[in-house]
Amino acid sequence: MDLEEAKEFKERCTQCAAVSWGLTDEGKYYCTSCHNVTERSKEVINTGAIPNTKIQAISRGLKRKRKLEKGWDWYVCEGFQQILYQQAEALKTLGVGPELKNEVLHNFWKRYLQKSKQAYCKNPVYTSGRKATVLEDNPSHSDWDSEPDLLSDFSCRSFVESGTDSQPDGCPQKPFPISKASQSETASICSGSLDGVEYSLRKEKGIVKMTVPRTLAFCYLSLLWQRETITLSDLLRFVEEGHIPYINAFQHFPEEMKLYGRDKGIFAIESWPAYEDIYKKIIEIAKFLDLPRFPDITEDCYLHPNILCMKYLMEVNLPDEMNDLTCQVVKMTGIGEVDFLTFDPIAKMAKTVKYDVQAVAVIVVVLKLLFLLDDNLEWTLSNIAEKYNEKNKEDKPWFDFRKWYQVMKRSVDEKKQKWEEARAKYLWKSEKPLYHSSIDRAVVYKRREMVVSLQKQFSTLVDSAPTVEKKSPSSFQFNWTEGDSARTCFHGHGLQGILKKKGQSMTTKNSLYWLSTQKFCRSYCKHVTTYEESNFSLSYQFIINLFSFLLRIKTSSLHEEVSLIEKRLFKTKYSKTKKKSRSRKGRKY
Amino acid sequence: MSDFSEELIRPKTEDDQEESCLFSGTGMSFPWLQKHIGTVATGGKKEKDFAQTTNACLSFIQEALLKHQWQQAAEFMHSYFQILEDSDSHKRQAAPEIIWKLGSEILFYHPKSNVETFNTFADRMKNIGVLNYLKISLQHALYLLHHGMLEDANRNLSHAETWRYGEKSSSQEVLINLIQAYKGLLQYYTWSKKKMELSTLDEDDYAYNTASQNMLNHSWKTSVNLCALIQTPGVWDPFVKSYVEMLEFYGDQDGAREVLTNYAYDEKFPSNPNAHIYLYNFLKREKAPREKLISVLKILYQIVPSHKLMLEFHRLLRKSEKEDHHKLGLEVLFGVLDFAGCTKNITAWKYLAKYLRQTLMGNHLAWVQEEWNSRKNWWPGFHFSSFWAKGDWKEDKALACEKALVAGILLGKEREINLFSVDYLGCENSALCHRRWVC
Repeated sequence: MDLEEAKEFKERCTQCAAVSWGLTDEGKYYCTSCHNVTERSKEVINTGAIPNTKIQAISRGLKRKRKLEKGWDWYVCEGFQQILYQQAEALKTLGVGPELKNEVLHNFWKRYLQKSKQAYCKNPVYTSGRKATVLEDNPSHSDWDSEPDLLSDFSCRSFVESGTDSQPDGCPQKPFPISKASQSETASICSGSLDGVEYSLRKEKGIVKMTVPRTLAFCYLSLLWQRETITLSDLLRFVEEGHIPYINAFQHFPEEMKLYGRDKGIFAIESWPAYEDIYKKIIEIAKFLDLPRFPDITEDCYLHPNILCMKYLMEVNLPDEMNDLTCQVVKMTGIGEVDFLTFDPIAKMAKTVKYDVQAVAVIVVVLKLLFLLDDNLEWTLSNIAEKYNEKNKEDKPWFDFRKWYQVMKRSVDEKKQKWEEARAKYLWKSEKPLYHSSIDRAVVYKRREMVVSLQKQFSTLVDSAPTVEKKSPSSFQFNWTEGDSARTCFHGHGLQGILKKKGQSMTTKNSLYWLSTQKFCRSYCKHVTTYEESNFSLSYQFIINLFSFLLRIKTSSLHEEVSLIEKRLFKTKYSKTKKKSRSRKGRKY
Repeated sequence: MSDFSEELIRPKTEDDQEESCLFSGTGMSFPWLQKHIGTVATGGKKEKDFAQTTNACLSFIQEALLKHQWQQAAEFMHSYFQILEDSDSHKRQAAPEIIWKLGSEILFYHPKSNVETFNTFADRMKNIGVLNYLKISLQHALYLLHHGMLEDANRNLSHAETWRYGEKSSSQEVLINLIQAYKGLLQYYTWSKKKMELSTLDEDDYAYNTASQNMLNHSWKTSVNLCALIQTPGVWDPFVKSYVEMLEFYGDQDGAREVLTNYAYDEKFPSNPNAHIYLYNFLKREKAPREKLISVLKILYQIVPSHKLMLEFHRLLRKSEKEDHHKLGLEVLFGVLDFAGCTKNITAWKYLAKYLRQTLMGNHLAWVQEEWNSRKNWWPGFHFSSFWAKGDWKEDKALACEKALVAGILLGKEREINLFSVDYLGCENSALCHRRWVC
C-alpha cells in the first residue's frame, strides 16, 4: 500500500537483495519479499507531507493491532534525563546544595545533548538523516556563559520539570524542538521509546553515547564542580546502599513511559558501578563535554588530601597525631598543590585525581614509614608500647599496633561478612519487569508473579523484622568509642614510642623503608605496576585489604596508588635504585 | 539405574549430601574447578554482579543448611528466587530444580513451616518448568508419607500418574513407573493391614469373606502397579519384597520364583546382595534341594563374604557330599572372620575350631595351609593379640576359648608360637578348653 511512496528508495535489501520496498507505519522501509525492516526511514522533506501521513495513519488505524502497551512518545535521552533527575534529587536529600541540580548538572546535561547533537543545535539527529547535521556552533568553542543563550526559554524550563511526577497536567513536555511527524503516530515495534532501536545501533565516532553508568559520571562531575564533600567511592557506596537511584532506576519513570524491547538493553543494569570503570567514564565525559578547568581544590576543600587523610585516619581508628605525618608527606610529594588537584579536562593529559584513593595511599605510606610493615618491626614496636602502657596507666597511651590490628581485624571481618550477606540478599529485579518482545511479555510477567508469590511464602518464615534494614547514608562506615573494648578508639593515642627527637623536629625511630614497587612498567599495557599479594608482608596485605574494602576498590589499584606516591616521595632515590637496585633506604624528617 | 531415581528413593535425611553434589553428576565436587569453569564459560567477560551475588546467595543457603540454620536459609532463599528471572536461560532452566531441593529441605525442617506451606510450595514448583513435575510430585508424596498422610500421598501419586506432557521421554517413563510402584507400595500397606485384620477374624465369620475379597482386589491392583517397575533394571528391594509376599500369599509360587530369579540373575540389573538373599529365603521356604540353595549362596558369598548367611552357607557345604564343597566350607569360615565386624562372632569361631579339626583329621592339611598362608601375616595381630586375649577373656570366656583353640591349631601347626599367641595358648589350661581339646 505504501509502495508508491517507497519507490524512491532503490537500495538492495540486505537480507534478500530484492529491490521492493514498502513503508512501515513508522515511516521506515521494509522489504516486501522478506519483510526485513531497514533502519532507513523515509525523510519528511517538507511540512506539506505531514498532513498526508497523518491521514494515512488514521486510515490505517483500524487495521493495526495494538499488541504493545502504548504510553507517551519518549526518547532514550529523556530516560537518561529522568535518571539524572532522580539522582540529583537523591543527592539533594543527602545534603548536597540545590545548585548542583538546578545549575551544574543541568548545564552539563544540556551541553551533552548539544555535543551529541540531540538537542540545542540546528540539526538534531531526530529530525532527519543522522549524517546531515553539523553543529553550526564551533565545537571547540567553550565559552561557558554564553551557552544558555542557545536555549529557548521553553526547553530550559521543561528540562527541569519534565519527569517530575508532580507535574500538574500530567502531559510530557518535549525538551526538543523536533518534528516527529513521521514517527509520532506509533511507538516503534521493538522498543517502548521512540528511538530505542536506532539508539542501540548507533555507533558514531566521536560521540560518547549515554549509558546508565555514565549518569554517575555526570553526578560525580557536578559534585566535583561544586566541590562537595562526597568522594567517588562515597558516591558509589551510596549507589550500592540504595541511597542514589541506579539499578532499576527506570522503575520510577512516569507510568506512561513504557519500556520494553531494546530499552531493556539500554536501561536494565545487572552490576553495581565499579570505581575504575566510572573513573574512566568521568574523564571521557569531561573531555567529550569539553569542560573548562574545574574550580580550584584548595587546602580548605574536603577533597584536599590533608582533610581527606584526617577523615580516613578517623575512619580506620588511627591516632590523630599521624595527621602531621600525612601532611608532611603530602607536602613533600606535592600532591597538595592546587594545580595538581584541580581537574582540567582540556589539559593535554586529562586526568582527575582519585582523591580518596590517594589520601588512603598517603596513610599507607605513613604507616610504612612508622612501622615498616615487614611483619617484624611493627610487632617489636607494639611490645614496647604495650609495656609502656602497662607501666603508665595514667598517661596518654602509646599507640599499640597489635591492639589496633586486633580491633580492626575483627571489625572489618564482621563488616565484610555483613556486606557480603547484604549483597547476596540484594533483590535485583524490578517490580516492573522488562521484556524483549510482545511474545515474551506474558512469560516475563508470569515469571515475575511466580517469584513474587514464592518470596511472599518464604517471607512468612523469616522474622517479621526486615531482612536488610536500610542504613542511613553516612560518609563514615565505622564508629569508634572509648571504653568499649571491641571498638576501642585509638584516636587519642600518642606516637611517642615510634618517634624520637632530633634537634628540633621529630623523626621516626624506624630508619628503613621498602618500596612497594621497585620498577614501574613502561610498556603500553596501561598499568604501572601489578599486585601479587603473596609477595608482600602480611601486615601490608592487611592494610591494603582494609583500605580497599573501605573504598570498595581493587587491592591492586590501591597498591598502584601507594607506589605512585612513593615514586614522588623518593624521586631521587628512584634514580639511584636503578643503579643500586636496592630498595632499602633510610629516611629522615 | 539413572541418577535421579536413585535420588528419589534415598531417604530424606541424606538430602544434605545430595545438595553438596548437586552440580556434578558423578558425585565429585571441586569448588575451585567450578569457579574456574565459570570464568571460562563467560569467555573472560566479567561476570555480572547479578550472577555473582546469586551464586554467593546459593553458597550462603548451602552453608546455612549444613549448619541447620533454617531461619537464615529461608532469608537467603527469599532472595535466591530471583534466579528464576535470570537473563541467562541456561541458568534459569536449571533453577527450578535447585530451588525445589533447597526449598523443600528448608520447609521440611523450618519450625514455622507446616504441611500446608509445603503443599503450596510443592504445587507451585510443580508448575515451573514442566520437566520437574513428576519428580516433585513423587517427593511431595514422600513428604506426605513421612507425615503419615497416606491418603493425600496416594491422591498425589494418582495425579502424577495420569500426568502427560507431550512425548514422554524415556527418563520420565521410569519416573512414571516409580510413581506407580509407590502407589502400589501404599496399596500393599493397606493390604497387609487387612491381612492382619483377617488373621484375627474367624474363618466362618461373615465378615471374613468380604475382607478377603477386599484384599484380593487390593492385591490385584497392587501387582499391576508394581509389575512395570520391577521389570526395569534397578534396585527395588521394598517393591520386590511386597510383591513376592502377595504372590506367595495367593499361592502363586511360580510367579514369585520367576520374579525373584529375574531380580537376582538378570544381567541388566545392578549387583544387589538383597536379591540373592530374597531368593535364598524363598527357596528355603519352598524347601528347595540343598544343591540349589548352595548355588544361590555361592553368588552371595562372592558379593558379601561377611554376610551372616555365610554361616548357614557353611553348614550347607559341610553337609554336602562333594569334596570341593567341603573345601569351600573352610574358605567361607576364614572369609567371614576376615572382617572386623565378625571377630566376636562366637559361632563362627566355634565352627572354625570344629571344622579345622575335622579337616585336619580328614587329611586335608593342604586346604588349611592354603587358607592360612595368605593370613599368617596378619591374623595373629588381628585376632590373637594379647590385647584381644585379655579383653575376650574378661568379656566372653567361651569366645576366648574357641579363639584359643583355633590359635592353637593354626599357630601350633606353623610352629611359630610367637608373642601374640602366648596368652591364647596360656588359657588352654582352663578345664573347659582342655576338655574340648582332648575330644
